[in-house]
Amino acid sequence: MLEANTPAPDFKLNSTPDQKLALSDLQGQKVILAFYPADWSPVCGDQMVLYNETSKLFSKHNAQVIGISVDSKWSHLAFSQDRNLHFPLLADFEPKGEVARQYGVYDEETGEAKRALFVIDEQGVIQWSYLSPAGINPGANGILDALEEMDKKTA
Amino acid sequence: MSNQLKPAVDGHDHSQGPRSAPLELVEYGDYQCSYCGEAYPEVKAARQALGDKLRFVFRNFPLTEAHPHAQQAALAAEAAARQGKFWEMHDALYEHQDQLDSAGLQQHAQQLELDMDQFQSDLKSSAVTEKVEADFESGVRSGVNGTPAFFVNGELYQGNWQDGELTRFLQSQLQ
Repeated sequence: MLEANTPAPDFKLNSTPDQKLALSDLQGQKVILAFYPADWSPVCGDQMVLYNETSKLFSKHNAQVIGISVDSKWSHLAFSQDRNLHFPLLADFEPKGEVARQYGVYDEETGEAKRALFVIDEQGVIQWSYLSPAGINPGANGILDALEEMDKKTA
Repeated sequence: MSNQLKPAVDGHDHSQGPRSAPLELVEYGDYQCSYCGEAYPEVKAARQALGDKLRFVFRNFPLTEAHPHAQQAALAAEAAARQGKFWEMHDALYEHQDQLDSAGLQQHAQQLELDMDQFQSDLKSSAVTEKVEADFESGVRSGVNGTPAFFVNGELYQGNWQDGELTRFLQSQLQ
């Protein structure tokens, strides 16, 4: 798993059926990259629903949250509509799990991404990362603590 | 990551039971969340079983995107608090989770004999909104990841709360 002070590998993945989003598109703001195993599984639902609510707290730190799993763009579309999500879900679908592998968080046994968080700074460098047990929703407090630390350093 | 209650319970919180009680139970809840509805009688049972050994505090954690009435219901409870009837409204909301639209909230307020003009203006006031937002943010900072979430003496309770488990856990903490 990639650690702090590592440049975040760039990627370009579908965020909707007809749009792609690259990490480099988001330079100049902080990015919270939330890898999760799958759409629709009960715990992940909670985690993405929580980030939907906390994105207003993230935006106070000029940070954008992005969910990423190996699900297809069509599954993401349906999941996003069902949960009324207001942030992008990226489809790490083809080649499957390629981005999760680059970040060192692909689970070979389940064929899904592990539940891992990365906070990336305005220059595209990872400043904080955290691996959560697959069944446990890591919440948002670790992310907010990391964002606060980063703001302190630049202040 | 720490899962400690932040900030600690203070004068801004709504509480039941003595301040000096050896056990302090804090719930982060959403009035439209069905699990919170199931937790409501569990908390009542715990309060009854533990009597003055337990202080109970409720903080708002409305998941507004998932539950369209959650925010208004939280505001209604806080607006009722301004007239000294937080717990009465809290109970009414959990006892009638199918009546959380604005007509339902009005009706609860009338039944509690609130000053309706005051209630309406408090519902829209920034002080009431800020209280709900501050509760939500404190929950996030404390590691709340869904509702209901319980803290016992400041520590996130990871155990089961159904079927009397919460009461049994609290009782075990007294020994």
